Amino acid sequence: MPAEGSANPASPDHQDVAVACTDLVVRYGARTAVDGVTLIARRGEILCVLGPNGAGKTSTVECLEGYRRPSGGTARVLGLDPVTDHRALVPRIGVMLQRGGIYPMLGPRRALQLFAAYYELPEDPEALLDLVRLGDVASTPWRHLSGGEQARLSLALALVGRPEVLFLDEPTAGVDPEGRLAVRDVVAALRQRGRCVVLTTHELAEAERLADRVVILHHGTVVAEGTPRSLAADAGGSATVAFGAPPGLDVAALGDELGAPVAEESAGRYRIAAAATPALTATLTAWLARRDLTLSDLRTGRTLEETYLAIVGAEEGGDAVGHDGSGGRGRRAGRGAGR
Amino acid sequence: MTRAWRPLVAQIGAETYMTLRRGETLLLTVGIPVAFLVFFSTSHVVSTGRESSVAFFTPGILSLAVMSTAMVSLGIATGFERGYGVLKRLGTTPLGRSRLLAAKVATIFLVEVVQVAVLVPVGYGLGWSPAGSGAGEALAAAVLATVAFGSLGLLMAGLLRAELNLAAANGLYLVLLLLGGMIVPLAKLPGSLAALARALPAAALSDAFHAALGTGGAVPVEAWAVLGAWALGAAVAASLTFRWE
Repeated sequence: MPAEGSANPASPDHQDVAVACTDLVVRYGARTAVDGVTLIARRGEILCVLGPNGAGKTSTVECLEGYRRPSGGTARVLGLDPVTDHRALVPRIGVMLQRGGIYPMLGPRRALQLFAAYYELPEDPEALLDLVRLGDVASTPWRHLSGGEQARLSLALALVGRPEVLFLDEPTAGVDPEGRLAVRDVVAALRQRGRCVVLTTHELAEAERLADRVVILHHGTVVAEGTPRSLAADAGGSATVAFGAPPGLDVAALGDELGAPVAEESAGRYRIAAAATPALTATLTAWLARRDLTLSDLRTGRTLEETYLAIVGAEEGGDAVGHDGSGGRGRRAGRGAGR
Repeated sequence: MTRAWRPLVAQIGAETYMTLRRGETLLLTVGIPVAFLVFFSTSHVVSTGRESSVAFFTPGILSLAVMSTAMVSLGIATGFERGYGVLKRLGTTPLGRSRLLAAKVATIFLVEVVQVAVLVPVGYGLGWSPAGSGAGEALAAAVLATVAFGSLGLLMAGLLRAELNLAAANGLYLVLLLLGGMIVPLAKLPGSLAALARALPAAALSDAFHAALGTGGAVPVEAWAVLGAWALGAAVAASLTFRWE
């Protein structure tokens, strides 16, 4: 399937559209969790759904997975209704839940063999074990795996049916660097094969690396949408320059030299509140060179994280990070109890 | 093997593997029944009012075994599977609910076969010589009781949080063990308690087993009626209340 659509690719009925929500509403009693969300993800595209806790990310994705019936609007995956066409749809999608979802007694190999038996033309469980680098713990029961290994197994199980659309809920929450790398590699490979990936995450650096497009939800509505780059431009990020250098520079002196304010945002991370003109860059490097200081990186615009905080922070009046960081990890700790 | 059967067979294999690998399940379904059978048949802690106590205890413990597997083991395991999100995850695979339930039912029957294969030789070894109406009626009673107890287990698993469900299933197991005519003959219970016990599925099953596998005589009609009513009622209640998340 080509990744680029032809006639009216924004229409939810277009054949390239893998996932579409139109005016989606989800209510829990009196509370409205999702309030008119419209979004689209195409084949060969990775869509990241971002937002603070309670923004409606999981409710939206659960409508697409068929776990939840929308209170209003429509959800379509591969042109099918996830609830009424459930049987036709499930062989074509893969789901990675935020937590658990796997028999605690089964090791990766047995779990993959079991799930492979559910599907018509499954992936080879042994190949999947290699792909997510679980060969060494193939027989270790799920409950004895590390958080990262559990997440990689969950990802492998989502892949076993060769899904056309993959839903990943917080795939890197509490995951070790090796696990992140595995998730990143796998997601990139899926895009190349024309699959559609919808992933929700709190981890903005991860989203920035992976996403073709980003949708930011807040209080159940879409507050921003676009490529990570276009979002940064919309949020006024293009008028700043960030660079890395040894900590403790004389920012006042540098600011005078550049004719624009400079701030050290964290140790060794600086931001200039000015557009990245050739003259500005030349002045900066010359100033550093005179002091024999090395420029470790130079970036115009904002990172997705900075953009996100600007957008959600503006909606919220600050404190988007506060409830953001409290995601999956804290709840993971409670899971081992029981039995 | 045709396509449609592969998920079911794989699921039965996985469910059986997990059931037989869980130490606490084996203790509950095989260890405790064997220990009770040997202990009560060879001691005289409970007087059965009969010549051969093993003739009372073997059918009684066989009914305990059915209850342990169908209600306690299934209910607790299903409750934890729900708690761990396993049932939710299975909801987006092609396995489907009917095949998942079919696999669970098949697994219960497989475990019951194992229990019979262990308990019956132990009973014979202790001098049990069944003279009842036979295996056919016992099998029918076991099937009805499995549906009734299994549905009760699923009913609790659907209503309660995993840890609470664990406690409730074990509590109910103890109550039904004492009121089920499995170890304490119903005739030994105070009259009103015995009347209540007779309305419960445990006593109905042990009555049926005692008649079919014990001292002889046909299975009382009341036992069939009570078992049938619980099987139907609990199955309907379980299907109405069961939650996958």
